[in-house]
Amino acid sequence: MDNRPHDNKAWFLVLPVFLIVAISAIIPLMTVVNYSVQDILGPFQRVFVGTEWFEQVLNDERLHGAFLRQLVFSGCVLLIQIPLGIAIALTLPAKGWRSSLCLVLVALPLLIPWNVVGTIWQLYARPDIGMAGVAVNALGIPYNYTSNAFDAWLTVLIMDVWHWTPLVILLCFAGLRSIPEAFYQAAKIDGASAWAVFRHIQLPKMRRVLTIAILLRFMDSFMIYTEPFVLTGGGPGNATTFLSQFLAQIAVGQFDLGPAAAFSLIYFLVILLLSWVFYTYITHTDREDAR
Amino acid sequence: MNPTGVGFKKRHIGLIAYFVFLLLPIYWLLAMSVKPNQEILGGFSLFPQTITFANYVTILTDPSWYNGYLNSIQYVALNTVISLSVALPAAYAFSRYRFLGDKHMFFWLLTNRMAPPAVFLLPFFQLYSTFGLIDTHIAVALAHCLFNVPLAVWILEGFMSGVPREIDETAYIDGYGFPRFFLTIFLPLIRAGIGVTAFFCFMFSWVELLLARTLTSVDAKPIAATMTRTVSAAGMDWGLLAAAGVLTIVPGALVIWFVRNYIAKGFALGRV
Repeated sequence: MDNRPHDNKAWFLVLPVFLIVAISAIIPLMTVVNYSVQDILGPFQRVFVGTEWFEQVLNDERLHGAFLRQLVFSGCVLLIQIPLGIAIALTLPAKGWRSSLCLVLVALPLLIPWNVVGTIWQLYARPDIGMAGVAVNALGIPYNYTSNAFDAWLTVLIMDVWHWTPLVILLCFAGLRSIPEAFYQAAKIDGASAWAVFRHIQLPKMRRVLTIAILLRFMDSFMIYTEPFVLTGGGPGNATTFLSQFLAQIAVGQFDLGPAAAFSLIYFLVILLLSWVFYTYITHTDREDAR
Repeated sequence: MNPTGVGFKKRHIGLIAYFVFLLLPIYWLLAMSVKPNQEILGGFSLFPQTITFANYVTILTDPSWYNGYLNSIQYVALNTVISLSVALPAAYAFSRYRFLGDKHMFFWLLTNRMAPPAVFLLPFFQLYSTFGLIDTHIAVALAHCLFNVPLAVWILEGFMSGVPREIDETAYIDGYGFPRFFLTIFLPLIRAGIGVTAFFCFMFSWVELLLARTLTSVDAKPIAATMTRTVSAAGMDWGLLAAAGVLTIVPGALVIWFVRNYIAKGFALGRV
């Protein structure tokens, strides 16, 4: 399958990318590693503390709570956004001005700065003056995201669905357009059902864009910060304090750089590990299908 | 693909419901931006009772506001150009050759999107102040490369893998050198990919706030940061905030309008 020639000179083409990313990635990462094993007492006074910060962070009850909330949140995000994104991408008009218009409208939420997204939903969901808040309360469902923990959590989730499903739609839509018309004609001649067409033609063709969509959505939802920060500030209580908020509380709020750095490294490794699992799982089934 | 009558209708009801869900918050933002503040906080009204454009006038005439937009556009444009120009050759290498560590490199690129920002902000600030780049557009553009370059490489590689390799080989046999082949033959073939990638780079750089705010103070302050600061200083001027929010959507909407046909042409991302 893979018959690309082997040529290490190709590294010269990759080198600019490597340099530009490495400067911004490796130097800050090393600084964070330094923080994570030192106690910084003053500008020139540092004590090596080994794994103390890591132990402290790993045994922190609040972290366990935030981690669990984060897992549930990211799980819900993926379970809602990926199927919804695929469904909408399949339904969007494929050609003509309608298609163009739909694409531009769908992309709008993606183009709004993240703090503005939080602001929009803060106003939109307010039970006294916001359209959504007023509408839900008018239906007889008591709803108030500033005082009820579950309402706050749900608001953040719906906001994320609103904000990021368009990314999945755009990627899937682009993937679907790359399927030649002949495939559909062949399926029609065979009398394939709509489900069979989806399962055996559209889904395999979308697998690659879906990989990117799933990885991006997983990583970004796992690091969600700005939007809930603006919308709920992590509250009420701890209901919407996800990992990033918790981290910011330690790093900026209490200015405990050591534990915060140790925490970020663990955080980073968790994202890395889970992404790697997604990545190898998808590429593995890809190879199975190709056989 | 060939829906029957009932299925057809059901699908469209779903689609319309989604668009209502999609557009209502944006309508709310628009409505808010033309309402006076008393009306916003005074109670619920579906349509604005008094329409005022005072908020837009404020933003478009006050340099501390509109400079935010100019700054954002500058670093976003810089970032898009840098990201594309380094990612294009790299994506070509990944799509056409196998080389030492290629698979690991490909995945490593993506891991750079995974650094939780809260703690990495401080080292970033230190790094860029060492180079004396704080509060410049180029600093933000370079910092945003961290997450945009990997994405650009991934997307471009997919488009490039869709181009048959015979085209390269024929060109080399015809005596084209690599730079000439790449610029005059290959790039036009993946126009659509470049358009889509440019859109994604633009988008992620435009909406990012934490890095941009950390690396700037006055001269390159992005619009998103302008919004948060002005708001906290003068209480909550919701109308002004909403108007500024509406204006942040405009540049991106223009960009997607230009690349819509490229997205509609489709791409199958190559090797994963």
